[in-house]
Amino acid sequence: MMVDTKKSRGSKGPLAALSKGIGRYILILLGLAILDALGIWLLYLLIRDGAWPVATPIAVILILINVLNLSPKLFPIRWQIPAGAIVILIIIFPMVYTIYSAFTNYSDGHILSKQQAINRLAQDTYLPEGSQTYNWTAFRTEEGVFSLWLVDQGGEDYLVTLDTFQDAEPGEGIIGPADENGVPESLEGYQRLARLEVIKYLPELDGIQFGIYPDQVQIVDLDYAAPLVQRYSYDPELDTIIDEKSGIVYYANEDEGYYTSLEDQNLIPGYMVWVGVHNFERLFQSPAFRGPFLRIFAWTIAFAVLSVLTTFAVGLLVAIAFNDPDLKGRKLIRSLLLIPYTIPGIIGVLIWKGMLNPHLGLIPLTLERMIGWAPEFYNNPFWAKIGILLINLWLGYPYMMLISSGALQAIPDDIYDAAAVDGASGWQKFWNITLPLLLVSVGPLLIASFVFNFNNFSVIYPFLEGKPPMANTPTPAGHTDILISYTYRIAFEGGGGSDYAYAAAITIVIFFIVAVLTLIQYQYTRQWEEVSENV
Amino acid sequence: MSSQTPIIPAEENKKSAGLTSRRRWGMALRYLVALVAILFALFPVIWIISASLNPTGSLAGQKLIPDNASFANYKSLLNDPIHPYKTWLLNSLKISTITSLLGVISIVLSAYSFSRFRFKGRRQLMLALLLIQVFPTLLMFVAIFYLFQQLGQYIPGMGLNEHAPLVLAYLGTQMGIQIWLMKGFFDSIPRDIDESALVDGATHWQIFWKLIFPLARPMIVIVALLVFIASYQEFVLASVLLKDKAMYTLMVGLYLFVSEEFSKNWGIFAAGGLMGALPIVVLYQALQDQIIGGLTAGAVKG
Repeated sequence: MMVDTKKSRGSKGPLAALSKGIGRYILILLGLAILDALGIWLLYLLIRDGAWPVATPIAVILILINVLNLSPKLFPIRWQIPAGAIVILIIIFPMVYTIYSAFTNYSDGHILSKQQAINRLAQDTYLPEGSQTYNWTAFRTEEGVFSLWLVDQGGEDYLVTLDTFQDAEPGEGIIGPADENGVPESLEGYQRLARLEVIKYLPELDGIQFGIYPDQVQIVDLDYAAPLVQRYSYDPELDTIIDEKSGIVYYANEDEGYYTSLEDQNLIPGYMVWVGVHNFERLFQSPAFRGPFLRIFAWTIAFAVLSVLTTFAVGLLVAIAFNDPDLKGRKLIRSLLLIPYTIPGIIGVLIWKGMLNPHLGLIPLTLERMIGWAPEFYNNPFWAKIGILLINLWLGYPYMMLISSGALQAIPDDIYDAAAVDGASGWQKFWNITLPLLLVSVGPLLIASFVFNFNNFSVIYPFLEGKPPMANTPTPAGHTDILISYTYRIAFEGGGGSDYAYAAAITIVIFFIVAVLTLIQYQYTRQWEEVSENV
Repeated sequence: MSSQTPIIPAEENKKSAGLTSRRRWGMALRYLVALVAILFALFPVIWIISASLNPTGSLAGQKLIPDNASFANYKSLLNDPIHPYKTWLLNSLKISTITSLLGVISIVLSAYSFSRFRFKGRRQLMLALLLIQVFPTLLMFVAIFYLFQQLGQYIPGMGLNEHAPLVLAYLGTQMGIQIWLMKGFFDSIPRDIDESALVDGATHWQIFWKLIFPLARPMIVIVALLVFIASYQEFVLASVLLKDKAMYTLMVGLYLFVSEEFSKNWGIFAAGGLMGALPIVVLYQALQDQIIGGLTAGAVKG
């Protein structure tokens, strides 16, 4: 039936099809034109401010969308546009940028491009000394919000609040009638401050910048207020910034990404510059950085290996116990055992965090009652690690059980029968038949699980945030930190500010480790497939 | 050979006679393992349910069966002005739903094109998709942070502390694996169906929308749910990109609960954690068989 309707539509004639085609084509062109206009505007802004790293993927996406839509031959790839655009922006760009930023000084104070830093500095203002532009009178609300009535030398009146600056006349709107000096006696919602009260509030009033730049004023003393002026002016020819307030000249320091004066004063914010392999030098050569890195690296490996071993051992044990068709309620039991796996990881970890709390948690309290001693799961590095392995066992063994029981069922029964004929014991059957055959199918998943645990941030961080802390490390580092949580803390929790570039350098090291492991996994998969073909 | 055949049944008989008593022990052992496994799996869950019903609300005073069990924790959780639980839950549901919808559209289009069209570079693109998936997105949070810190200065709603960037980030992290999953399913639909329609003059879009899409609907629903679950559970990217309490997702919010006076907030956290976990646990139970199928293929977390 469907085919019939198609035919009848096709029989309407080529003219109708053509006109429909043209209509569609115009629609596509219109859509592209709008998209291009917006895209090019965005690109212009990004490039103007020197943010070319972000401009690049957007330009690539824009060009691809145009090419794919305009070339009829490429229509199959057109279907890839939404997925492709997202992958370029969220996966490929960050990969490339991570590598790039590892060679820069990208960190707190060096987030902006040079042009963005200059723009930011140009917004700073200051109050020139000795200027007496306005006489002022203050008004205050019950909540402590201030407003100023200004009179300039020419006798013009202005009303300013924190974010407005406007001409005003007494008696207009919310403004009350003028007193003998021409200042309104009242302001609706506000209370006029008498001289004595002004003195009381002076410390508060002193720092407030009223209005929005360039119409911005600040009070100078008890009588006068003055407009704020731009503090830093940029000289594009000499690439210097002059502090109008002090007269100091700041020169661009391309090694450190700051504008620096001759007295070594830096302007904040600085900007991003290329620093070569400096971050890697710190990682591999500076003992202060290398020490914690190596310890954390060792624990990362240990954590991943032990996690895989413990979860696999328990998961396999349970799977073997269930691998009997006569066992009743298998489906129900499986549903129940699945629950730890289905609870969102964070919540599961936090439940255990509560149960392991050294003084109040269930497990330490029970142990204390039973044997008079309980481990310090929070503060003792060894027991904190045991706690993490226990939590990860709970979270991970249902998965291992599921994949093992699937693989167990795939092992043919006749192999066991043959072994039974040969008089093999249960233990021998397990070691010589079950385990090797199981590893054929489960082996690659175990390596995948190792890689997953290698980066298993969501168990490590919510439990103790990597604590207990190591002593005397230049960046925050803890005994339960694995590389990924260590990296995260360097990037987002640094005591001396975030050091994104150093975090990116470590990330690249993790990249390599993961890549090698994945390669091994791939080889292993092929190798075992060959073996299994011979079985 | 034939002379041996009578021996085997005899041995089998002897063995199975011996086995019945051994088998009984074996079964008992199996039930024991099941019991211990269930206890280990469920005890923390039971403990947290008990904590959520315990009106004292602190870690210290908890018993397995609380005195005066009540929903006090749930009530104070939902009315707590400092910890806007309802906002977090709504944020999470909103973000996960939008991610799921947008994700399904782009995943299905891409997977269909990979499965049905033959174009230059198709194999390479698919392989590239698999390769980039090898690198955990988690490692790229610094760059993703930078991306949106920059974009936010020019596009409203695309900066830090907004939800749209989080949706984009989740889409990116989910894309590769789900496209492969979906493509595998499209491959299993016989090509004769669309080829005959193509001969009859149907356009590619008509074939996709009228013929293949209805057939693939069950799988599309599963992909949508998997994307939803993954986005709902995510913690790291959300905590990197979101700054204000009112913008938090549920996972970040619950974590915040805990970092502030954990032992005092225990009961309220328990209530919040249970309510937050419930949708996912229910979804998983409903999708058990399909998800276990996908698990062995390595398609889901693990």
